Amino acid sequence: MSSETGPHHGEAVAARIERRWAALSIVIVGVLVGMATFIGIHQATMPQGRVELANPRTLHLSGEFIESNLGTSVEADGSVVVRAVGQQYSFTPQCIVVPVDTPVNLRTTSADVVHGLLIEGTNINTMLVPGYIADLQIRFKKPGEHVMPCQEFCGIGHQGMWGKVKVVEKDAFAKLMASRRRISCVE
Amino acid sequence: MLSSKRLILAHFWLAFAAFGVALVLGAWQMFVRSPFNVWHFNPEFYYRSVTAHGSVMGYVFPTLVAMAFGYAITESALEKPMIGRRWAWTGFFLVAIGAVVAMVPVSLGLASVLYTFYPPMVGNPFYYVGVVLVVVGSWIWVALMSINFIAWKRENPDRPVPLAMFANVAGAYLWGWTAVGAALEILFQILPVAFGLRSTIDAGLARVFFSWTLHAIVYFWLIPTYIAYYTIFPRAIGGRLYSDAMARISFILFVVVAMPIGVHHLFADPQVGAGFKFMHSVFTGLVALPTLLTVFTICASAEIASRLRGGKGAFGWVSALPWKNPIMLATALSLVMLGFGGAGGLINMSYQLDASIHNTQWITGHFHLIFGGAIVIMYFAIAYDLWPHLTGRALNTFGMMRTQLWLWFIGMIVTTFPWHYVGILGMPRRMAFYDYLNPAIAPQAFSVMMSAIGGFILLISGILFLTVLFRGQFGMRSEAGAYRFAIPVHMPARIPVALNSFGLWLALMIGLTLVNYGFPIAQLLALPQTNVPAVYVGAAR
Repeated sequence: MSSETGPHHGEAVAARIERRWAALSIVIVGVLVGMATFIGIHQATMPQGRVELANPRTLHLSGEFIESNLGTSVEADGSVVVRAVGQQYSFTPQCIVVPVDTPVNLRTTSADVVHGLLIEGTNINTMLVPGYIADLQIRFKKPGEHVMPCQEFCGIGHQGMWGKVKVVEKDAFAKLMASRRRISCVE
Repeated sequence: MLSSKRLILAHFWLAFAAFGVALVLGAWQMFVRSPFNVWHFNPEFYYRSVTAHGSVMGYVFPTLVAMAFGYAITESALEKPMIGRRWAWTGFFLVAIGAVVAMVPVSLGLASVLYTFYPPMVGNPFYYVGVVLVVVGSWIWVALMSINFIAWKRENPDRPVPLAMFANVAGAYLWGWTAVGAALEILFQILPVAFGLRSTIDAGLARVFFSWTLHAIVYFWLIPTYIAYYTIFPRAIGGRLYSDAMARISFILFVVVAMPIGVHHLFADPQVGAGFKFMHSVFTGLVALPTLLTVFTICASAEIASRLRGGKGAFGWVSALPWKNPIMLATALSLVMLGFGGAGGLINMSYQLDASIHNTQWITGHFHLIFGGAIVIMYFAIAYDLWPHLTGRALNTFGMMRTQLWLWFIGMIVTTFPWHYVGILGMPRRMAFYDYLNPAIAPQAFSVMMSAIGGFILLISGILFLTVLFRGQFGMRSEAGAYRFAIPVHMPARIPVALNSFGLWLALMIGLTLVNYGFPIAQLLALPQTNVPAVYVGAAR
C-alpha cells in the first residue's frame, strides 16, 4: 500500500494490524465467557448438577410422580416443591399454583415422549425427557398468571399443550395449603 | 479447468430444485400458523411440511451445494481433472435416491417427526434409511476431496495447497466427523426400533448423539460461504485477499472447535450434568473467533479493492465499491445478516441467557438468519459466479440478480426480526397454530403476521433466483475462461506445514470431541433403565 517504503514494509504493517485484531477478538471472547462464568457462579444460575432417573413405565405406580403426589407441596423442611408430569398432550396438573417471592423447586418428567415447558414472561425453561427428572430452582417476583406451553415438538397435538401457572400471595398460598397436602389450580 | 461440468451442474440443479420445493413449504407454513389463516386445517399437515422443509433444507440442499462447489474447486484450484468422477456420480445418485426414499414416507404422513427425529417418537424406517443414503452419498464426496488433496500434495511437494482447496477439504473433514453423531443415533438407536427389532430407546442419549451433529452441521453449511468470502469476493470486486494465513487459521479453527460445543443445544436437558454444559459453553465462545477473524479479513480486502478503484477517506472508500456487482452486494448483505445472527448466537451460548429463549421462536429466527440469510445468500452468489463457467453461456441479467438478492435480504430481515422478538416474549416454536384470542398470546399476533409477509418476500426472491439460473441455461454462448480464485496481497513464499496439512487438526478435532462427549455418552450408556418405550407415529390404527 505504501509504495514509497517498499512492499516488505507494507507486509509487516498488514501482519501487525491483523495480529492486533486477533488479540482483540480473543479478548472479546474471553470477556463474554468470563461474564457468563461470573454470573453463573455469583447468582448461582447453573443447570442441575446431577442426572436423576424416573422410569416412565412405572411413574403412576410408585415413586414421587404418582398422581396423588403431583402438584405443589410444602415439604417437612418448609421448602415448596412442585411436581408435574408432561404427556401427549397435557401437563398434570394443567394449572400450577405457587407462592410469590419464595424459592420453589420444580421437579418434572415425561410419561411418554420428549416435551418441554417454558413459563412466558419469565426465564423458566426446561426439557422433559422421558427417563430423566428435570430439577429447577425457580422464584416468582410478582403475583399473576402465566401461560406455560410445551416448547418441544411432541406429536400432532403439540399445539394444544398449554398449561398455566398462578402466582399467589404468601398468605393466600398458606390458606390453600392449610387443608390439603398437595394443591393445584385445576378447577 | 472445469472438466466435470455436467456433474457439477447436476448437483446444483438438484440442490436448487429441492430448495425451491422446500421454500414453497416454508412459505405455506408461515401463512397457516399466522393470524392471516382463518380456516381450520389438519395440524398433521403442518408437521409433515416442517419435516420435509427441515430435511430438505438441512440435509439435502446444503450438502449438494457443498459437493458441487467442492468438485468445482478441486478442478479449478488444482488445475487438473478430479480423481474419481465415477464415484462422484455414485455419490450424487445416492443423495438423490436417499432424498426420494426419505420424502415418500414423509409425504404420506408416516414420518412426521421433524428433521431432528425426536425419539422416542419413531416414524417409518424408510425416512431414516433415506437420510442415511444422503449422508453416505456425501461421505463419498468427503473421501474424494481427501484423495484429490493428498494426490495433489504428493505431486506438488514444494507448493502450498491453494486456499480454496484447503478450506474445501477442511469442510469435508468437518462434515465427515460431525455426521457420525447422528449416524450412531440412527443406526444403533432409531433404526432397530423403526424396523421393530426393539421397542425401547434411550431418548436422552439420542439427544446427546444428535447434538454432536446438530451444531457442527451449521459450520458445514457455512464453509462454502466462507470460501466464497475469501476466494471469490476479493477477485470479483477487482481486489486481493488481505491475508492467506489468517484464512487458513479460520478454517482450521472451525475444524477443531465446531464439534465439542453441541451440548449448548441441551442446556435445558436433564440428562447432561452442569460440568459438561459449562465446558461446551466455553468452547462455543471459541467458535466465534474464526468468524471475528473472517469479518476483519473480508472488510480489509474490500478496502483494498476500493482504494485500487480510487476510494478515499476513512469511511468514504465504502461508496467506491462496485455495488452494482451482484457478488459485492451479496457479500455485504451476507455480512450484515452474519453480524445480527452472530450476536444472537453469542446470547445463545450462555446457559443463563439461553434459559430465556430456549426452544422459542428466537431460535427459529436465529438459525434462519444465519443459515437461510448469511449462508444461503452466498450460495446464490456462488451459483451466479460459477454459472457461466458451467453452462458456457453468458449470465448477464445483473438487474434481476440484484433485485433477487435485495428481496432475499429484506425478506429474511422481515421474517426473522419479529421471530426473535416473539421469542423473547416466550412464544414456543414448532407449533401448527396459536390461539390468538388468548389475551396472553394476542400481543404476539402482529409480529407473526410480519414474519409471514417476510416468508412471501423470500418465496418471490427464490422464484427470481431459479429464473435467473434457468435463463442462464439458454443465454448467448460465450467462453468464460478459466475459473479463478482471489490472490492474496502478499503471496506467502513458504507456508508452515501446520497451515498446509490436517493431521494435527484432525487429531485435535477427534480428541476434543471424545473429551467433551466421551463422559456424557459413557455415563448415559452405563446408567441402567434409561430406555423408554418407543411411540410410533403415523402407524396404522
